[in-house]
Amino acid sequence: MIGKIFRNNLTSAILVIILILLAIVFYAAQIGHMEGPVLLQHLVNGISLGSLFALIAIGYTMVYTILSMINFAHSDIFMISLYFAFFSITVFNMPWVLALICVAAATPLVGLLIERLAYRPLRGAPKNSVLISAIGASFLLENAATYLFGGRPKAFPDIPALTRVISVGSVNFQVVSIVIPIITAAILVILINFIHHAKTGVAMRAVAKDYEIARVMGVNVNGIISLTFIIGSVLAAVGGFMWGAKYPGVTPMMGVMPGLKCFVAAVVGGIGDINGAVIGGFILGLGEVLIVALFPGISGYRDAFAFVVLIVILLVRPSGILGSPVAEKV
Amino acid sequence: MKKSISIMLTALLFVSVLPGCQSSGTNPDVIKIGVFEPLTGDNAGGGELEVEGVKLANELFPEVLGKKVELVIVDNKSDKAEAATAAARLVEQDKVNAIIGSWGSSLSMAAGNIVKDAKVPAVGASCTNPQVTLNNDYYFRVCFIDPFQGTVMANYAISKLGAKTAAIIQEVSNDYSVGLASFFKDSFILNTGAEDSIVDTENYQTGDKDFSAILTNIKAKNPDVIFAPGNFTESALIIKQARQLGIETPFLGGDTWETPDFLSVGGADVNGAAFSTFFDKSMTTTDAAKTFLSEYEKKNPGKEPAAVTALGYDAYILILDAITRANSAEGPAIRDALAQTLNFQGVTGSTTLDANGDAVKDAVIKTVEDGVFTYLDYVAAQ
Repeated sequence: MIGKIFRNNLTSAILVIILILLAIVFYAAQIGHMEGPVLLQHLVNGISLGSLFALIAIGYTMVYTILSMINFAHSDIFMISLYFAFFSITVFNMPWVLALICVAAATPLVGLLIERLAYRPLRGAPKNSVLISAIGASFLLENAATYLFGGRPKAFPDIPALTRVISVGSVNFQVVSIVIPIITAAILVILINFIHHAKTGVAMRAVAKDYEIARVMGVNVNGIISLTFIIGSVLAAVGGFMWGAKYPGVTPMMGVMPGLKCFVAAVVGGIGDINGAVIGGFILGLGEVLIVALFPGISGYRDAFAFVVLIVILLVRPSGILGSPVAEKV
Repeated sequence: MKKSISIMLTALLFVSVLPGCQSSGTNPDVIKIGVFEPLTGDNAGGGELEVEGVKLANELFPEVLGKKVELVIVDNKSDKAEAATAAARLVEQDKVNAIIGSWGSSLSMAAGNIVKDAKVPAVGASCTNPQVTLNNDYYFRVCFIDPFQGTVMANYAISKLGAKTAAIIQEVSNDYSVGLASFFKDSFILNTGAEDSIVDTENYQTGDKDFSAILTNIKAKNPDVIFAPGNFTESALIIKQARQLGIETPFLGGDTWETPDFLSVGGADVNGAAFSTFFDKSMTTTDAAKTFLSEYEKKNPGKEPAAVTALGYDAYILILDAITRANSAEGPAIRDALAQTLNFQGVTGSTTLDANGDAVKDAVIKTVEDGVFTYLDYVAAQ
């Protein structure tokens, strides 16, 4: 009931995040072995990681909404965007803002190409075929990157404007750590408004509901699908750029783990719902950091956290936190 | 139509398999040495350095017993499962006479039973975990092992840095890191005499990128020194993120740090990081070392050879020496000759293999100064 009132509403997303944050802070204070600044530092770390996950998770969820398929190549588009960023800064000597724009413009071309070559020919085929095609596209990108760029990590160039450290009391964080949540929030607001109010956004929702009917009603279905891939790839590119500035090592396989986690984030939040993807991203990012903070003994299992959350959600609420029941979605 | 295409494809498949069959047979005029290293994946930087040394040695010494030595280089992809497959390929398909590798103890261990069952001797260049050669008659190595390395770094931390407390960050998915961390811990506790001198132990997985949480935990414990042996990329990111969190504590590590990737990923933040390793060019005590350094300089002007490159070179010349002594290229004969290695003069000093097949060697401590690995100290073998 409450879910229905707040569905697709920005306030609900913020509300849930704040509630989770409060619960965690309360819990940490309860067990009482953590000082305020240390907890605050953990929260800053978690929010910054969570908003990165959220950015990439939106891409998964958007493609899923439109095509009801999991775009496994999304994580590799993210990886390719990092190579684009690496080369535009080191080889072409671009200033970072220009590099970011170029990367955000070039990455969607890869996304479009994959959609065109791997997914569009299978439009009428069973969902499983598309899924296998997506896995194939993912392997192709990973191996192509290994072949072209080598398996060794490339050092993402240092961008002082983003990596400069700010100290507030004893809490330290990089500029990029606050830039990411701001970008994520801004993109969330723009996307939600776009989907609900712009004409193309309405067409997008129509295609998501039933693309046969949408086509009959005169919607350019292929155009809408391409647009979805463009938006998803731009988000992956922006996320990738920020990721590179924060964790400066670029390898062909680097997309795999973040990709899996962001996919889990999208499912946990309710796949098909953009607010859900953001909430899922925050739950995973914060959860991962706080599990290490509160239970140092199991810090080696932090990657498992995402998958434990996935299992729990699938058992308790298979449609995800904000997702609508499966029957409605077909 | 469809049927004819499938028949054609099947025919094509057979044709493409045939030459493979022919080449896999043994050619009596060639001695094959398998090189089994990570060339892609998380450990690629280390594997490439070792292959560099093996290739250089092969160019200088291309023949043994009057036969040409052929290198069969396979990529174990920094993955334990792939490592077993790669090793099996070397012994079954390529039928190599001996194997060199691998960078990374876990990867070497994955090949352990395969080389043992096939009776093909393997010589590890820089895998330092004791388990690699333990209970395996067919695995040898030309480097020291981690109990020594852990002691070296613990002593360095206590006597040179005056550390009374230490924190450990270990890569739990890597046997090398966990083993070395535990030897450091034992030695540190023994030498400080305080059970609680290790104030914190944090874990991460190979491939992790975000270490802010474990570092925030460590910052709260305020240790005098942080020991973080592990893969080079992750280690560089750990140090970088530690500095960003305002942690000024010195970082210590192990031999795996000596790769160009550690410097390029870590940038200015890894300056001052110190680690133990096997070789420095100032240790030119043997003729082999002089040859190695001058030939390396010829091929890579102005570049300093990494210790693992020297060890890759040593592993190759040691195998050739064993083949000469055995006067045979059969696996068991090479194995017996390797086991009897006594005062073999390699690049990294004199090599004598003990009952386990491990070398006893001196250690070097290096640090990073202005983005370059620099010699810091020398510790004689015990």
